[in-house]
Amino acid sequence: MNEQPILEVQNLKKYFSVPAGLVHAVDDISFKLYAGKTLGVVGESGCGKSTLGRVLIHLLESSAGKIFFEGEDITHVNRKKLTELRKNMQMIFQDPFSSLNPRMSLFQSIAEPLRIMGNFTAQEIEDKVYGIMETVGLADRLVNTYPHELDGGRRQRIGIARALVMNPKFIVCDEPVSALDVSIQAQILNLMCDIRDERKLTYIFVTHDLSVVKYISDEILVMYLGQMVEKAPTEELFEHRLHPYTKALLSAVPLPDIDHERKRIELKGELTSPIDPKPGCRFASRCPYAEERCFKENPVNEEVRPNHYVACHKTRELNNLKRL
Amino acid sequence: MGRTAKKEIVWEELKKGDTLLKIKDLSIHYVTKDMGVCKAVNHVSLELKKGETLGLVGETGAGKTTIALGIIRLIPNPPGKIIGGTITFKGTDLYKISEKQMRTVRGSEISMIFQDPMTALNPVDPVGDQIAEVVLLHDHCSKAEAAQKAAEMMELVGIPRERYSEFPHQFSGGMLQRIVIAIALACSPELLLADEPTTALDVTIQAQVLDMMNEIKNKLGTSVLMITHDLGIIAEMCDRVAVVYAGEIVEMGNLVHIFKRTEHPYTQGLFDSLPNAAGDSKRLKPIRGLMPDPANLPEGCNFSPRCPYATEECFREPPKLLEVEEGHFVQCHHHGCMKGDKT
Amino acid sequence: MSENGAKQKIKQRSLLREALIRFSRNPTGMAGLVIILVMVVLSLLAGVIAPEGYDVQDITKKFIAPGSQYLCGTDNLGRSVFVRLLYGGRTSLLIGVVATAFATVFGTAIGAAAAFYGGKIDNVLMRLMDILNSIPSILLAIAISAVMGGGLPNAILAIGISSVPAFARMMRGPILSAKAQQYVEAARSTDAADIRIIFKYILPNVSSQLIVEITLILANAILTAASLSFLGLGVTPPTPEWGSMISDGRQYIMKYPYLVTCPGLCIAAMVLALNLVGDGLRDALDPRLKQ
Repeated sequence: MNEQPILEVQNLKKYFSVPAGLVHAVDDISFKLYAGKTLGVVGESGCGKSTLGRVLIHLLESSAGKIFFEGEDITHVNRKKLTELRKNMQMIFQDPFSSLNPRMSLFQSIAEPLRIMGNFTAQEIEDKVYGIMETVGLADRLVNTYPHELDGGRRQRIGIARALVMNPKFIVCDEPVSALDVSIQAQILNLMCDIRDERKLTYIFVTHDLSVVKYISDEILVMYLGQMVEKAPTEELFEHRLHPYTKALLSAVPLPDIDHERKRIELKGELTSPIDPKPGCRFASRCPYAEERCFKENPVNEEVRPNHYVACHKTRELNNLKRL
Repeated sequence: MGRTAKKEIVWEELKKGDTLLKIKDLSIHYVTKDMGVCKAVNHVSLELKKGETLGLVGETGAGKTTIALGIIRLIPNPPGKIIGGTITFKGTDLYKISEKQMRTVRGSEISMIFQDPMTALNPVDPVGDQIAEVVLLHDHCSKAEAAQKAAEMMELVGIPRERYSEFPHQFSGGMLQRIVIAIALACSPELLLADEPTTALDVTIQAQVLDMMNEIKNKLGTSVLMITHDLGIIAEMCDRVAVVYAGEIVEMGNLVHIFKRTEHPYTQGLFDSLPNAAGDSKRLKPIRGLMPDPANLPEGCNFSPRCPYATEECFREPPKLLEVEEGHFVQCHHHGCMKGDKT
Repeated sequence: MSENGAKQKIKQRSLLREALIRFSRNPTGMAGLVIILVMVVLSLLAGVIAPEGYDVQDITKKFIAPGSQYLCGTDNLGRSVFVRLLYGGRTSLLIGVVATAFATVFGTAIGAAAAFYGGKIDNVLMRLMDILNSIPSILLAIAISAVMGGGLPNAILAIGISSVPAFARMMRGPILSAKAQQYVEAARSTDAADIRIIFKYILPNVSSQLIVEITLILANAILTAASLSFLGLGVTPPTPEWGSMISDGRQYIMKYPYLVTCPGLCIAAMVLALNLVGDGLRDALDPRLKQ
């Protein structure tokens, strides 16, 4: 693949200062994302996946590392450049109940980006809003309704319309379906896939739901306490899960299949604190295979199979892999 | 138990496999001035056997929680109103006993755990004391005995007894839910109503809590009514399933009936909507439209506006709950209609 | 906007109008509103009802009990109490409204700046408000009046300034929670500037708290104005004001209690009515409460 990635992230870090110390919310994440692809970011609450999404679209300033968008370094940008960037990078938020301004009608909510970032006439704005409403499946008659009059699915469609109306190339989706019921969730997921394929959009899809991420992603990045523990193309990851955390995570999902023989990998304890983490593998305290080395040395991210990266001292030993 | 003092309830002694709880024709409405009559639960009948786990599955607003609250008589009134039906628990009609008697039933015979553990606990009381308090309230033992029992319960749910005097904010969400479960089980109730007990938890923690619940349930022989929207949890935890839609049970049966021999289009729709972490990811087939407004239910079958198989009859005539094979109930005029196009 | 075939016309459905319709169905709120309207209209029409003015004295007709000729009786100088109440209402309402407007503008600005920017700005502004707040408002008003002299404009300024901390404090909380809402973050992601976020995303969403707070502060300002005048620091005689009327009447309270009760009732009714309207508006304004 010699083509230029739409987004490249190098050693990205985001630390927050809290009274108890420094939270390593995103710690040394690197990846490349090509146009039209979807990268799923999975992990449990507090692993820094949402922070990662927010740093990428500059809702939060990064602490260290570099972000490239279409080959251009956008790690630090001025106000004017930021406006330019936001036409191309948008975000779909998690909670359709709080991500819409209750005092703005559906029309105003969707028109807002056009009014802020564009230079359009009233007629152009109207046309664009109606156009995008049709794309996301919102009926014309809803144009003057307010969020509290609509159900979760419709509200999330407004959120999607708002993100799409400036015709961005890249969208960060932060748990866009986790607040919705399954039947509505399926409608929204289908819609997001259709739009992606139609418009050649690039998604970063942040979620805790492994079945959703499997459905929508081309590639999956598993995060644990701010770090990337495993990254691989979707099929590859589900067939050859190599990191003990990924294995445990996948085995923990209850499957709606009564023939499925459950071989659950029991994890001890819970997520440790991401505040001032000690050196060593962050998963070591819960890992069933941890040995002394794991508590002392940081594991390095290695490509152990084609395009399959794992950060674990014992990957090869546990999975009988040869050196690539 | 056999004493027949005036205020004492006489419980039937049950063996494993006997009917513990029997709900017959339960209807619960919420009556509000500006919304009209909201029909939350309509003619629900179900049975739960001793030692059995029954799953109630459905989407938000289907009436699952209302059914559970109806069982322990905690429907807020007003606006909630029990329109009709009987709930027989160990041979006693729970709607015929006094409120005072009901209070002893709650906790010692039937316990409920809620979705959010943080709101279920008192933030200024040590967790151990909160468990002991329940024991004390129901068991008439000494304080020391209650504390001892509380510490045992903590170990049973996998929390070291050294943490007895810690406060809720010192625990993580998964730990808190364990404590809530310990409180619910402290008086060894016969029936546990679990309302989305793991929805607020991460998957790895959820797995731990579910495994623990299964273990304890088998150890104590508790019957569980498991309320969830997650068919995966149903497959792992339950013996039988009732699918709830718009306040009605549309399909009920054992796991094989529901997962393998699905008869109701709504149940089928739920399965088709799921992106499956195990199976291959083909395009999802969502159920079109939205759940009907419980204040304004359709005339015929509640599911008819969204059903791909609906005929004129479905829009006109509400279907009856039929037993299509032994123990497998379906409420649909055209049950089994999608057998042909099942993939 | 041009017609676009079958497309629905985009019209600004006014949430405020819908709120007012909800308000109109609230009996206690409407009762309060009627009381306020009656008192405001009577005060405004004082010149029409009693064109002779408020200080027509007739010493021969002093201390006439309330009756058909003098609705609220006459005072020690033979002036009609009713007429003086009408004109006094003008002064009281003027002080209340202007002082509240002053407090609303500055209090909201300070509260919004503190909540929105946080950190040092928040600390400095709120400590300033704390200092101002630690002085009892009536004492502050007395101090200001004492330094700058009595009289209407200074009374208004004094009451206005002393109401600012309460306003800033009350508004900071709701603004803080509105700011933490996801829609503010969503607005940021569409490149909205701070000013736009404050005026289009935050203030409209705290408007219900703002309006309720205005009614409460207004009621309070009228009370403070009355207290100031009672203490002789408000308006100068012979200009009538409800508070100063109570003050003037208190030496005759045993023999002619109506001199005190009539203005007292006016103040009480006005304050009660404002509180009723405030409560009614709070219920009517929040679109989310409707469900």
